[in-house]
Amino acid sequence: MLKSGDFAQELIDTGYDFFTGVPCSIIGNLITSLTNRPDVTYIPSVREDVAIGIASGAYMAGKKPAVLMQNSGLGQCLDALTSLNLIYKLPCLLIVTWRGCDGLDAPEHLVMGKACIKLLDTVGISHHIFDVDNTKELINMSYKYVSEKKEPVALFLKKGIID
Amino acid sequence: MNYSEAITTITELLKDQLVICANGMISRETFLIRDRVENFYMIGSMGLASSIGLGIALNKSSRKVIIFDGDGNLLMNLGSLTMIGALRPKNFLHIVFDNEVYASTGSQPTFSDKIRLEDIAKSARYTCVKKVTSTEVLRKEMVKLLESDGPSFLLVKISKNDRQSEIGRVTYSPEHIKERFMSAIN
Repeated sequence: MLKSGDFAQELIDTGYDFFTGVPCSIIGNLITSLTNRPDVTYIPSVREDVAIGIASGAYMAGKKPAVLMQNSGLGQCLDALTSLNLIYKLPCLLIVTWRGCDGLDAPEHLVMGKACIKLLDTVGISHHIFDVDNTKELINMSYKYVSEKKEPVALFLKKGIID
Repeated sequence: MNYSEAITTITELLKDQLVICANGMISRETFLIRDRVENFYMIGSMGLASSIGLGIALNKSSRKVIIFDGDGNLLMNLGSLTMIGALRPKNFLHIVFDNEVYASTGSQPTFSDKIRLEDIAKSARYTCVKKVTSTEVLRKEMVKLLESDGPSFLLVKISKNDRQSEIGRVTYSPEHIKERFMSAIN
């Protein structure tokens, strides 16, 4: 299992320099790591669409933003992603924790757990899934994607990849 | 005071301030009255004008960021007021044009005829909260607010106006709106 601090370092080394989001237990330590760093900003948001709005503003002000959220939050921010980011070409990295991915989770996670990949396919947002060996590769690829395509990209993070 | 008078009064006083215009009538009126490179026109993502503006304000402290918000937009995202009040960006001026209806969809009522939006802003600890109902007072308050530290909140009471439904849309593509706005920021 990767240390959350090392994962944060990887994001920062790659070029991401502004973070916002809504917590999930899977990224609790990652949020703490980002919050404690003096060289980057983590802004806690009240909702996932607010985080998307803030990240979009940060991008226009010259930052390379990343938004952290649980997959439940994808539903909350779908309008922002489709009627702001995709049409204005406002990129951001979405780190989305994947609750309910194997059908074994609390009831509130099961429907979105099954649907979240299809949901992004439906609206045309590119996505990939972290495993223990590909974190560096996917973070690098995401940075290239947001820089060139100027669209959001989602990286799904299951429980057990970072501590 | 109608939208046109309020937006004319405010935009006459602007120099290089960055303005985020909420979707609907606010973007359309501002585009019609005084299109400028420092204007970002939202056409979707209702409710997020203040969040987009907050993301800019936190990262460009040298520039004043002004939000042209509406009562419907504000009520859709009240949580963002707590973030603005807590993070306290000095360069943030939140203007709410309050006509108590969703104007661009046929003037269905919001709740701002019964709930005082300025009291919500005060509770959220905006540094300065003002309410204006005439263009004369609006001009005076704007002159002061443009020079003072925020986050500030200015509630501009707007009368309902039938002409609004006839105003055309913003004619620029979303991508052009963004590119032009970014060239004005950076």
